[in-house]
Amino acid sequence: MKRWRGVAVIVALVLLLAEATALSLATGPAPLEAGRAFRILLSPLPGLHDLAADATETDRNIVFEVRLPRFLMALLVGAALAVAGVVMQSLFQNPMAEPSIIGVSAGAALGATVALTLGLSFTFLGLTALPLAAFAGAVGVTGLVYVLSRRGGRTPVGLLLLTGIAVASLCSSIASLILVRGNNAQVSDVVFWMMGSVAYQGWKEVYMILPYALLGTVVACVYARDLNALLLGDEQAAYLGINVERVKLVLLGCGALLAASAVAVAGIVGFVGLVVPHLMRILVGPDHRILVPVSFLAGGLLVTLSALLATRLGAVPLGIITALLGAPFFLYLLHRQGTYRF
Amino acid sequence: MDSPPLLEASGVTCGYEERPVLHDLSLQVRAGEFLGLIGPNGAGKSTLLRVMAGTLRPSAGQMRLAGRPLGEYSRREIARRLAVVPAPGSPQFAFLVREFVTMGRTPYLGRLQSDRPQDREAVDEALTDTDALPLADRPITELSAGEWQRVNVARALAQQPEILLLDEPTAFLDLGHQRDIFELLVRLNRERELTVVCVSHDLNLAAEYCPRLAVLAAGSVVAEGAPETVITSDLIGRVYQAPVQVDRGPAGHPRVSLLSEAALQGRAER
Repeated sequence: MKRWRGVAVIVALVLLLAEATALSLATGPAPLEAGRAFRILLSPLPGLHDLAADATETDRNIVFEVRLPRFLMALLVGAALAVAGVVMQSLFQNPMAEPSIIGVSAGAALGATVALTLGLSFTFLGLTALPLAAFAGAVGVTGLVYVLSRRGGRTPVGLLLLTGIAVASLCSSIASLILVRGNNAQVSDVVFWMMGSVAYQGWKEVYMILPYALLGTVVACVYARDLNALLLGDEQAAYLGINVERVKLVLLGCGALLAASAVAVAGIVGFVGLVVPHLMRILVGPDHRILVPVSFLAGGLLVTLSALLATRLGAVPLGIITALLGAPFFLYLLHRQGTYRF
Repeated sequence: MDSPPLLEASGVTCGYEERPVLHDLSLQVRAGEFLGLIGPNGAGKSTLLRVMAGTLRPSAGQMRLAGRPLGEYSRREIARRLAVVPAPGSPQFAFLVREFVTMGRTPYLGRLQSDRPQDREAVDEALTDTDALPLADRPITELSAGEWQRVNVARALAQQPEILLLDEPTAFLDLGHQRDIFELLVRLNRERELTVVCVSHDLNLAAEYCPRLAVLAAGSVVAEGAPETVITSDLIGRVYQAPVQVDRGPAGHPRVSLLSEAALQGRAER
């Protein structure tokens, strides 16, 4: 019954994602309706060239250079954040954990602040300084938290959690300190970045997040059994034959890279990493063999729809939408399930 | 007596951080025996269990499993021979009982391998042995304390271990469920030749069910042997720092009664 339910949820999510694809391709300032956009999308496929014989160069550009990358960005950002949330909640045996708990967001924000206020303008592999600095900040800070939490060959999760909180607030205050010295334009750049957006990104950013989102999700799937065992606690997992410290390092790295790549290209998109794993656990149960793939799809769907809404509302930052949608829904879930034990 | 003991601690000293909990402790567990570990709070019982399970390394001395130092085994190898039922805690995530018990197959399965028929058989057998088969499709978050403990034992049995270590398996259980757990352990010990090492706070329960007891105090074994020789009012009174009276239970096992201040005065008056 359980397996059937997992399959049903996957099918439902894939159908909804298809619908979201069509909507995304049809949404934007230029008039280009869904059916036409979809035909243009399919036209490069062999034998389907005639589908969009009437399409202008502008139409093609809108679909392939604006709307498709924007849609893929939203999909990958949501998927990466949701899977990172699943991984962190298992690692910390705590349903309240999310990627920012180990300093990913604060590190990325610090990196972004430095890049924006110093006006860094180098490019590397076609990427601008901003996502690179944010990524470096996120990964660097997470690494620092891990190193500071080592005690005699172990990294107790409680220590990791507290170290994460301390280092994150340190990063935030350094970022604030840099900002108060900056000018108004810089402050508003940073604040906008922090609210998260997928509206202005193109293929470069898609290529930046793609390998991490896919690789991270594959690793999480491969380690599904370990993620299940870790939910019982480090010691219990060790009794089940798991090399806890090594697995924890792999999974922390996996969660950090997933979240860091998402934050680097889209800024801070809150609540996805927390809400999506919860929701999916209610639907399919806590077994990570199904929870990871389902969360990937659901995270992608949630952010895709949020990005759509953000566009329709006239370029409202994405992070605001996900929190506006996510927080009340989360409260409703907590309220509805009186004895909710995750 | 020719084969090496299944589990052997020799001169083990061990502690968390700086504070040593076990001092030069030596103890042997023979294959097929049922050993009870008793002793006051802080004596090092749970620490000893962790050393036996290989999650704590001794700072001096050695722990051996089947004659080979425990440190030479991988976690996976240990988990195939030795299972641990931890001190009772409440589950946080709503796995179904069958999913939870199936986690006991982790040491036998590769990362990309799905459950094989023999894994499902092992899980069914563990559920049957613990009378937990009717619970199989319930979430572990909705079990009573007694059911949850049986399911924990089932998870350990699914590992098909030679040794079962239990940390106060009857804590928080009422009389009937205490009996259920110990009867189950005795049956597994006899019928499946499972070696059982059980930490217990309940002296009478331990004396009733464990053919051999080891008494821990301040990080060392201060007495070991049959309950009749170990459980004396003198030793128990001294180790637990409480006046007790020891007599015989219905099956002839020693029975410990705590003496209240009033009982002591009544005794003096007589």
